[in-house]
Amino acid sequence: MKQDYDTTNEKESLAPGHHPGPLPTDVRDTHVWDDTPEAINRRKFLTQLSIALGGLTGVALVVPVAAFIVAPLFKETPILWRQVKVNGQPGTLDKFKVGETVEVSFEDSSPVAWAGVTALTAAWMRRTSETEFTTFAVNCSHLGCPVTWLPGAQLFMCPCHGGVYYADGRVAAGPPPQALFHYETRVNNGNVEVKATGVPIPTE
Amino acid sequence: MAVIKGILGWLEDRTGVMGAIKPVLDHKVPYTNWKTGWWYVLGSAVLVAFMIQVITGIALSTSYVSSAGDAYNSLKFITEEMTFGSFLRGMHFWGGSAMVLLVGAHALHVFIIGAFKFPREVNWLSGVVLFFATLGMGFTGQLLRWDQTAFWSVIVGADQAARTPFIGESLAKFVMAGNTVGGATLSRFFAYHVFFIPGIIFLFVGLHLFLVIRNGISEPPQRGEAVDPKTYRQRYHNMLEKTGVPFWPDAVWRDAVAAIIVVLAVVALGIFLGPPSLEAPPDPTQLSVYPRPDWYLLWYFSVLALIPPKAEPYVILGGPGLAVVLMIILPLVANKGERSPLRRPWAMGFVLLLVIMISTLWITGLVSPWSPNTRTQPINPALFQASTAQVQKGVQLFYDKGCQYCHAIDINDTSLSDSNGPGGARVVGGARGPNLSTVGSRLTHEQIVVRILNGGNAMPQFGTLLKPDELDAIVAFLETRTNASDNKQGQGKGVEVSLNGQK
Repeated sequence: MKQDYDTTNEKESLAPGHHPGPLPTDVRDTHVWDDTPEAINRRKFLTQLSIALGGLTGVALVVPVAAFIVAPLFKETPILWRQVKVNGQPGTLDKFKVGETVEVSFEDSSPVAWAGVTALTAAWMRRTSETEFTTFAVNCSHLGCPVTWLPGAQLFMCPCHGGVYYADGRVAAGPPPQALFHYETRVNNGNVEVKATGVPIPTE
Repeated sequence: MAVIKGILGWLEDRTGVMGAIKPVLDHKVPYTNWKTGWWYVLGSAVLVAFMIQVITGIALSTSYVSSAGDAYNSLKFITEEMTFGSFLRGMHFWGGSAMVLLVGAHALHVFIIGAFKFPREVNWLSGVVLFFATLGMGFTGQLLRWDQTAFWSVIVGADQAARTPFIGESLAKFVMAGNTVGGATLSRFFAYHVFFIPGIIFLFVGLHLFLVIRNGISEPPQRGEAVDPKTYRQRYHNMLEKTGVPFWPDAVWRDAVAAIIVVLAVVALGIFLGPPSLEAPPDPTQLSVYPRPDWYLLWYFSVLALIPPKAEPYVILGGPGLAVVLMIILPLVANKGERSPLRRPWAMGFVLLLVIMISTLWITGLVSPWSPNTRTQPINPALFQASTAQVQKGVQLFYDKGCQYCHAIDINDTSLSDSNGPGGARVVGGARGPNLSTVGSRLTHEQIVVRILNGGNAMPQFGTLLKPDELDAIVAFLETRTNASDNKQGQGKGVEVSLNGQK
């Protein structure tokens, strides 16, 4: 039998008696709805029921998911004191000279097990006297890029937009709106520790 | 053959897919000639780029590990060891670039021909969502590279979010998924990039295409044919009846040509340029970094560098906010009237301004003169014919005290070749401050001293940082940098670069 299937004329190509596509609309248009008050009320009720059930289904799905996603915002994570490391060595008091600024690193307060190297945070630590330390966050107060300490010039410099800070963290030049942030620092049994509060967030 | 046709007939009978698609293929679209028609391929070209992203993205996701500790290594593995790994990463990067570029071009074209006007306001609005979703894909995609730049980009992103009034801190924490950038951060960005934003894109592409069919493709604008919501639909309908052509194949063939060009271009770029190189691992303790966004956001990086610090709180939020608001209200307030660009001088002036602004900012971003040159190397004093010990000391201090990070100076040296380029006459140092090659001729002794001691907007006050003999040495060195010395070394004039009105 010769097949005459042709996309431009597919209606004829179909087996006889078949309607292509959905039911002809005239079937529905000519249907006479039951318009008694009972039927109308019943339809009204079913409409409201369907919408309410649909809404409930949505809520049941959305609430736990939304809670899961925004939960970290409200979770109070413990802030811990962490001993710093200098060049990979434990940061004991004798590792720091008065007047010198060195890079230290410490573990975040509550890193996840799979954080890998990102569980660490770096900071610039300056021993200002026998007993006192100032620990600067590495994050430029402009947009958070890491500042570098230039020992020769006694300046911190940001590689992103050229923010410069003096040794005490004050803004020396460039776009930063405020001084470098500090981490609280203490000496505990000869170990230098900082309060691992995370990335400083500039709020105005 | 007969069997295949039989199967197709059976399938069509049971599904009706062809019957449903056929009216779409056959629907009439406005006639376009070779001058106007090619611009209409931009929309479908974005879709092609998106499809490239979906396909290459799915492939890459089979080997990518979205764990902060392992992501970098998995990318290294994909790039270096997997068959076609580097090529697929390249295609994904260039496909994304194409998508950003094309979505911008498509939006501009629609704006220029006034196609956002009645009755296509919601076409435009759904496009606005797609536009920003595309930029969001670009930003989150760069982060998934999870190298040094990615790591610091999250912090830069969080710091910008933090400028939002009232909820800034929460937003920043939301971006980082906690107090720090760590394990939780990357998993989230992976989910945004792979599920959330693509979901939004699929949804809105669906709506966008539905509206394109429903409201019809806009006709090339004619001068004097103003859009009047009362008559436009009838006029459009009559025009289609008279001069319209079937969508398939009269209009589609150009889309097909554009599609193959986009795909071939992305494949070629993937082969010949490859993916962006992986930088150092995302180690937060490695601080010698040079973070910058991928090219499609580089112009915005320039904005952040160049605006006056006092304007920053407004620009960082107000800028993107204003862009969103303008794009949303555009079709609502300007949905009537002339569509022809020739009759909309203000709108065209705005387009020109926008294109000039973004390209200038983009080119500036490539040079990034505001960034200190942290890779600059100490200069051998002999290159300056430094006669006295004081001048020699000055040359050394020029480097040690950080001057050279921001100030350029001309030297002539054939032996010195480093990352700055081959030896010979060249400029070393940074471009943050003015080039000092001829400062001895421009400024007096006192002016140089005052400038060094007091600094300026972009320059620290060195008054407390320099000992008197150090200051003298630096000034002595700078005073040898004159027009004569600059010419004697056989170089062109140093380029004067100054920012924030600094000289």
